[in-house]
Amino acid sequence: MWRNSHAAETPTGSPLLIAITTLAPRLEGLLGSANVVSTPEELRRYAVDGVVPSAIAKPNSAAEVAEIVRFAIAERLCVIPTGGRTKLGIGRPPDRYDIAIDMTGLRQLAHYDPGDLTLSADAGMTVHALQEAVAANGQFLPLALPFFSETTVGGSVASGIDSVYRRLLGSARDFLIGAEFVDGKGASCKSGGRVVKNVTGYDLHKLFIGSLGTLAVITRLNFRTYTWPETSASQVASFSSLENALAFRAELERSGLPFFNLEVLSPGLAAAFAKNLRAKNSSAPSAFENGGWVVYAGWAGNPSVVRRIETDLELCTQKCAPTQAERLDGTLNSDVHVLFREAFPLLCASSPDTVVLRIVHPRLPAEVLGSLSEIASKENLAGHLLMRPVGVSYFALVAGTGELTANGRLARAANAAVSLFAKSGATYSILQASTPVKASVPLWGPRGTDFALMRSVKRAFDPGNTFAPGRLAEGL
Amino acid sequence: MSQLSAGTKSSLLAELKGLLGPDHVLCERSDLILYEFDGSVVKGQPEIVAFPHTTEEVSRIVKLANKFQVPIVGRGAGTGLSGGALARSGGLMIVFARMNRILEIDLESRRAVVQPGVVNLDITKAVEHAGFYYAPDPSSQKSCTIGGNVSENSGGPHTLAYGITTNHVTALELVLPDGEIVRIGSKQGDAPGYDLCGLFVGSEGTLALVTEITVKLSRKAEAVKTLLAIYDTVEDASQTVVDITARGITPAACEMIDGWTLIAIEDYIHAGFPRDSAAILLLEVEGLREAVAEQVTAIEDVCKLHHAREVRIAKDDRERDLLWKGRKNAFGAMGRLAPANYVLDGVIPRSKLPQALRKIQEVGQRYGLGIGNIFHAGDGNLHPLVLYDPRKPHDFETAIKAAEEIIRYCVELGGTLTGEHGVGMEKSELMPLLFSDADFDLMRRIHDAFNPDSSLNPGKIFPLSKGCGEIRTRQKPQQVVHS
Repeated sequence: MWRNSHAAETPTGSPLLIAITTLAPRLEGLLGSANVVSTPEELRRYAVDGVVPSAIAKPNSAAEVAEIVRFAIAERLCVIPTGGRTKLGIGRPPDRYDIAIDMTGLRQLAHYDPGDLTLSADAGMTVHALQEAVAANGQFLPLALPFFSETTVGGSVASGIDSVYRRLLGSARDFLIGAEFVDGKGASCKSGGRVVKNVTGYDLHKLFIGSLGTLAVITRLNFRTYTWPETSASQVASFSSLENALAFRAELERSGLPFFNLEVLSPGLAAAFAKNLRAKNSSAPSAFENGGWVVYAGWAGNPSVVRRIETDLELCTQKCAPTQAERLDGTLNSDVHVLFREAFPLLCASSPDTVVLRIVHPRLPAEVLGSLSEIASKENLAGHLLMRPVGVSYFALVAGTGELTANGRLARAANAAVSLFAKSGATYSILQASTPVKASVPLWGPRGTDFALMRSVKRAFDPGNTFAPGRLAEGL
Repeated sequence: MSQLSAGTKSSLLAELKGLLGPDHVLCERSDLILYEFDGSVVKGQPEIVAFPHTTEEVSRIVKLANKFQVPIVGRGAGTGLSGGALARSGGLMIVFARMNRILEIDLESRRAVVQPGVVNLDITKAVEHAGFYYAPDPSSQKSCTIGGNVSENSGGPHTLAYGITTNHVTALELVLPDGEIVRIGSKQGDAPGYDLCGLFVGSEGTLALVTEITVKLSRKAEAVKTLLAIYDTVEDASQTVVDITARGITPAACEMIDGWTLIAIEDYIHAGFPRDSAAILLLEVEGLREAVAEQVTAIEDVCKLHHAREVRIAKDDRERDLLWKGRKNAFGAMGRLAPANYVLDGVIPRSKLPQALRKIQEVGQRYGLGIGNIFHAGDGNLHPLVLYDPRKPHDFETAIKAAEEIIRYCVELGGTLTGEHGVGMEKSELMPLLFSDADFDLMRRIHDAFNPDSSLNPGKIFPLSKGCGEIRTRQKPQQVVHS
């Protein structure tokens, strides 16, 4: 059910200063009528967990963003910046949501120095457009993200979503070098710079990664870029048990080979991947379809490096004796790379109620992993596991197609899973769940002593609680 | 100048000695002199120095300081280059020398948990038997401590490929300015919520005292090659760096030293550097054997394209270690050229390196000062060493003016004030070159959220002058003569 947040009080509990019906006209006064939308159909497209804004503002410059924010502060309204609106399901429902600031009008590559391997991109530029712009110089940004064509640079950083290049090139934290943004006082600010090494002032831009728009409206981000290797390839290998698959992954980790990606996927997910490939008229690796656990390894480099990786990989593979192993080149290699990049939406695709948990632990114990399928089956749900690099795993709980009453079972299973994670020392967050499930599962697990510090950070950036209040956690 | 009344000092001393034992508190002027310096040109003397052994003791010291309203500054080995660990307002200094234990090594998870007083290189020594190391390698890594590295977000030659301290820290234990002990981040990293480690690393001790650090351990590369490229002109050396960067070749390290400085290093270290060149590049490539071989060839080609007179490859570990010994002790060698120097830390876009070096040379000539260049060319992090003689009238002031002109030029080129040394008290008055009133207002709000009374490391990062609308006349740093 759609709902507006009008009935709620302002974040400070004081009455609204503006009649909500006059909001769009007032915004039009700031931006012009062409840049403000308030039709019900459009508003629903900007809903976050069923909460619909009262107006959509479409600024075309950082100065206009600042104007909107100052207007919102003066009128005690709350705003949520949006980009491609592909990952608005991450996080909690907002406590209040009056204005969606659609950032896609800010889409310039403001600065690019290929010789320095650095750039500044407007927050509303799509990652795809940015990658195309730098590809002309044989460069790329290690943001190989889900919803690749639609996701914006700002949204990708604010969501904190994982890139499949992370194993080798790190997360945004490792190549985001600066930011421009509008803070909770409506001021245009910056942090960092456009050079690859910089310790001048506080590293405020790092706080934006995964902040879900709760600290500021990002208007521009600065990154370092990388050069494309000459060739790439990958291998999928299937194993009859999770233990054998993990042993193979451990063998590859010990090898020290520079795989850019190394993932393990459960049999059901492998089958879903195969189905997806076939739906696109692509062939599917048979290792995806034999009912086993699959280990995917991707690599890239110059020819001699690739030869070396393949030689050593073959030895590792022989040692671990998979049921099947298949080297992927050309189109199939690209198609499978895209599957892993788009793993998050693929996990969500079967049902809007699917629960996707993101778990972080250096090495989840086998008994925990084993228990996950029991948790799913106990509630008559499918459980899909995707073990990503650097200690990140996704666990999806999926109800049968068309089931309307699965939320109770999904919530029970999700709660059982998160209890298990908490006991094993893992941290977790919910990437996707229906609003009722989100309401019944702790989004993060137990609060640490650092939570009060996070609230202090939020208050310092956003003293009026203007930005996406409550989206990241209660009070953030 | 003393900030504490005799009564306050006496009472605080008594309580500190009761807490830590009399041997772990210093207050005699002859003892305090040691703590009024770091590696920069500024100084500031504490009135009391305390040496805690545990996090709990740190917390109790902080609470005592608050009771007597005494400012606190944390300090590791005192090797900093910006005055970050100096007591600008006097008060109490907490030195972490006794908190120097490695608490945990987890090779499977590639993490180590250490106390702040652990020496940077000691982490590597503790894990190198298993093929691991701690990547950030400041030149002072034999003596600087991890706590100081975290506070200043230190770098080093090999951070070109592997990142600076912030890229290698996943969790911290902190003592807040009210004495509360908190933990941020997680062992694996990537903890839910805001990236507080990203904020606290590099906050120069202005938000909290760091009492425990979880660091990443990196795997040693299968192959390493070190190249020494020798040039007859600085221009050719700098164009080589531009070209290497533009071609996307990422060495593990790419250092430049000018010919004038090389002679001083050779006299001091006998590292095997040429005495008759205009500049050298010290490059290192790491990785798979095949990748290293390809990168060596590619780098050699670029060096020759830009008229390198010679490209030598270190024959063995001994030769490699000697070259790095020369580089890492280069600042010390400068004492052979002048009794004092002022080390800058500006960063520029790598594509602007040749013009930046021309500007440094021009500034040196115009001011009549010798300026040596020993720096991380691969990431555009310049370290001009402005030489001066403090015994000569106005020499120090001239050096400061020259340095400021160079830093301003770095900013004009799209660069920044500091790449790894921190702002501290040395560069705080230059901050308005980069940051607006609104930027300062936000940073101040962040500062005040954690350190509202400025009891922790006061007078750092933020300019002391009021108003940021225009660049102010810089306060003259208090001069130090290095012996």
